[in-house]
Amino acid sequence: MRAWIEKQRYLMDFTLSSLLRRKVKNLSLLLLYTLIVFILASAMFFTDSIKKEASLILHGSPEIIVQKVRAGRHELFPIRQIDRLKTIRGVASVEGRLWGYYFDPDVGANYTFLVPTAGSASVTPHNASTDVVGGEGDESAGAAVPSTEPLYRVNLDTLKSGTAVIGHGMARLRHAGTGDVMAFRAFDGTSMNFRIADTFSSKSELVSADLIVVTEVDFRRLFGIPVDVVTDVVLSVNNPREISTVATKVAKVLPDARPITRDEVLRTYDSIFNWRGGMMLVLLSAAVLAFVIFAWDKASGLSAGEKWEIGVLKAIGWETADIIQMKFWEGAVVSLTAFFTGAIVAYLHVFLLSSVVFEPALKGWSTLYPQFQLTPFVNAAELTTLFVLTVVPYTTATIVPIWRAATLDPDTAMRRVGE
Amino acid sequence: MNVRKVFNSGKPSEFSALNGIDLRISANQVTVLVGPSGCGKTTLLTIIGCMARPSAGRVRLGDREITSLPERFLTEIRRSTFGFIFQQPNLIKGLSALENVMLPAYPLGGRRALLKDKAIRSLDALGLAEKALSKVEWLSGGEAQRVAIVRALINDPSVVIADEPTAHLDRTLSHRFLEIVERFKAEGKTVLITSHDPLVYESRVVDRVVKLRDGRLEAEA
Repeated sequence: MRAWIEKQRYLMDFTLSSLLRRKVKNLSLLLLYTLIVFILASAMFFTDSIKKEASLILHGSPEIIVQKVRAGRHELFPIRQIDRLKTIRGVASVEGRLWGYYFDPDVGANYTFLVPTAGSASVTPHNASTDVVGGEGDESAGAAVPSTEPLYRVNLDTLKSGTAVIGHGMARLRHAGTGDVMAFRAFDGTSMNFRIADTFSSKSELVSADLIVVTEVDFRRLFGIPVDVVTDVVLSVNNPREISTVATKVAKVLPDARPITRDEVLRTYDSIFNWRGGMMLVLLSAAVLAFVIFAWDKASGLSAGEKWEIGVLKAIGWETADIIQMKFWEGAVVSLTAFFTGAIVAYLHVFLLSSVVFEPALKGWSTLYPQFQLTPFVNAAELTTLFVLTVVPYTTATIVPIWRAATLDPDTAMRRVGE
Repeated sequence: MNVRKVFNSGKPSEFSALNGIDLRISANQVTVLVGPSGCGKTTLLTIIGCMARPSAGRVRLGDREITSLPERFLTEIRRSTFGFIFQQPNLIKGLSALENVMLPAYPLGGRRALLKDKAIRSLDALGLAEKALSKVEWLSGGEAQRVAIVRALINDPSVVIADEPTAHLDRTLSHRFLEIVERFKAEGKTVLITSHDPLVYESRVVDRVVKLRDGRLEAEA
């Protein structure tokens, strides 16, 4: 055993000196390889974490949202129909919501106006973990965001007619802070001024970057929404296992309404972020392919010098297996170094530097970029897949030509290159 | 026994290097294969040293028939029995003289300190102690040749095979090489040399000269 370990040490030593003897070739290969792993791992870390983050937040979103639909388009919901929803068995509470989008042509950004639920001291999702049953990742959700901590806070005492509480993204974009006045054009063309009463905590930027919270009266005046309608309605359900049953009943009671369950929203977000990550990878696939060709060429081809060296090693008593092991270590050292460096740099890039390099592609094309720090989350299965798809093919590609060259007689290997 | 070697068999460039060689080499002697270029000296040497297989015929090492042995066993024999000194030093560039000398012992997995000590002592015996850590590309032709000799001996082979060892050496260095061969002989090693250098085959250290021409044995001196 000791001899075997000592032999592996000798082989590793020789491998490292071999790599250093071909510095330019190996360093350029290592750099390219690391870059590719970095790109792939960055996209993977970002997509996984943002999906996780969105899922965390959305686990606290309403169990069922009911929207009025006419000709397939979303319409305002009549308040008088809310009582009909309350009669459905299993429904715990029904609440109307007022929210809408406002396009600001000056900065080319879309804002979300929202009226907070009257009487609440904070706009808090029902909770992140304890009430959600059977949701995937509930435990980690509970660990990352304690159920007692709201995703964002609005001090309703400060919110009076003519005032607004805005997200940090907006504050940055409009260079506005508490006490400043912002003007918006109402539905009838008149101007409405809002004094900024407060801003949101930056921790909640993923959901609140573009958010403006105003009073109900101001909201209705701004958008010209009559008092007998709301934007949509949210339902909470006594037993979370009955969400889909309740949704079916809603569709029966109000045939012109569309119930949207929380799972459907989660699936949509998953698809969006998968699509973004996938699209980026498609754009980068040309680079990946170029690397694969380059790596295959470098790994699978043997220079005349390398063939001669194999001949010498065999002539002085190295076995074919020794040479293959040595080359295996060479491939393993290059690919493992590249893999771990690429993955670590990608981790730092995504979780410490907020993905500065791929921000526009991964976060979406918006004037209002949320500035948020993702909670580090690494999907072990995907990381393993990346490992298998990068390290294994490269290491194999280095062994095959060596095996062919190393099985030749040393005399043939040396004569072949005219040495 | 009746050893033949054909290169590029079945191709238009087919070439027969050895055409039925019957030869017995005695242990503890210095034997020199002589003959013009292309007569098959190096080919015969590589077959004896288990570096290549004959196309036909049998090779015996002592009482053991080694022609049909699998590659792994041939390597083992090559490593433990033969030490090779090539026409060119064939040292691996980028490594030091010491590392080149230690290379044949790597697959054996012996203790590093012992191996290093042995390699340094062997280099010292040929006046190369100061060059141990020098990269081989910085060595002179004679120094490189002596490093190659030390490398050939690191695993204590019983047979030393040298292919045209003086081809790239001047007269003084050739004499030094023959002194080394004399030392091998004194240590009881079998030495097999190919050469067309009279300085070698006319040397008093040589016990036997075997002449080859066109892949056949011609006569013995």
